[in-house]
Amino acid sequence: MKDLKDAGHLLRLAAVFVAVFLIFLLARGSFVPKSFGRYGHFRGDALAEIASRPIAYAGHQACENCHGDVVEVKSQGKHKGVNCESCHGPQAAHADDPASVQPAKLDTTSLCPRCHTANAAKPKNFPQVSPEDHSGGQPCDTCHKPHSPAIEQAEAKP
Amino acid sequence: MSMTRRHFILLTAAAATAWESILAGTPETSPNYNAYDHWWGMLINIEECIGCGSCVRACQQENKVPDGYFRTWVERYHVADWTVESPAVDSPDGGKNGFPELKDPNGKNFFVPKLCNHCANSPCTQVCPVGATFDSPDGVVLIDSKYCLGCRYCIQACPYGCRFLNPDTHTAEKCTLCYHRITKGLTTACCENCPTGARQLVDFKNPRDPVHEFLKTHSVQVLKPYMATKAKVYYYGLDGSVR
Repeated sequence: MKDLKDAGHLLRLAAVFVAVFLIFLLARGSFVPKSFGRYGHFRGDALAEIASRPIAYAGHQACENCHGDVVEVKSQGKHKGVNCESCHGPQAAHADDPASVQPAKLDTTSLCPRCHTANAAKPKNFPQVSPEDHSGGQPCDTCHKPHSPAIEQAEAKP
Repeated sequence: MSMTRRHFILLTAAAATAWESILAGTPETSPNYNAYDHWWGMLINIEECIGCGSCVRACQQENKVPDGYFRTWVERYHVADWTVESPAVDSPDGGKNGFPELKDPNGKNFFVPKLCNHCANSPCTQVCPVGATFDSPDGVVLIDSKYCLGCRYCIQACPYGCRFLNPDTHTAEKCTLCYHRITKGLTTACCENCPTGARQLVDFKNPRDPVHEFLKTHSVQVLKPYMATKAKVYYYGLDGSVR
């Protein structure tokens, strides 16, 4: 017993270590979120939080539900691969509530040149013009219908 | 019961915690989405890109990216005969409003859309000291903005310059590959709005994804393959001068 009596200071030290370790476990339990480590070294709930952010662009499937007539016209023309919101802008609000949220009218004078202004870096087979020389500032939809832009008469080239 | 100062302080703390959890709400989950069934990436066809900036505008609208910062942007490369090793690159306002005509249209000119490469072996997640940025089970590199300290290590670590510090929240921010859209079955905002189809969202775990046929018949590259980041944004028609 004489040995143990001398070891009292060691036991006290051990008790301090155990107490600190318990406090560490308690603190870890309360500070680390429950979902941490569910999928990896991160807070698992973050995935659902990021996935639940609101959308701005409804996607062309949403447009096609109601605007089948436009899709039909568009599918015949050169713009068949261009999705609706690429020109019409984000329309998720309109898709959610078509009656009260109306898309703005577009100005083809500024809209079409976004893609079709000539630039040496564009692919050579992409139709591109100098808007000033091509139309003299007139809106593009004077001649071209945006949903099906080819002009029928222009097919026979001189 | 009379309220002592001690009780009041304790109650305030408890009420604040409760209020915070009410504000946070229960996150909405997509019931039919299983992250382990997907492995997302992107395919970019350089030969189709017209530099219109639709992707940049769409990304800013969709993700409320602050002005002057970009989660995706378009670069224009000008490679003259004698500058193959050091091409001239410009990207006015990220290409958001298109590009002015080149002063010297000779040589090789093309557009390169850029975004987070969603590396399978991402340097940015390796350096995060708190586990705020991570690789999701479906192969998307994401940031938990509630956990991010804003220490900027990840911004320095990204070899592609795809990250920035949001000036309002002071947390790191980057492309999420529109995680809130792809988990609902939609494509990303940039792919949705690309008028030529130069950008395609791909799911490598989906056997019916057209990317598999494309990869069989075309040769593709990733940016900076020597960094061994296992980037998942594949480029078709990429020029050797692109860094």
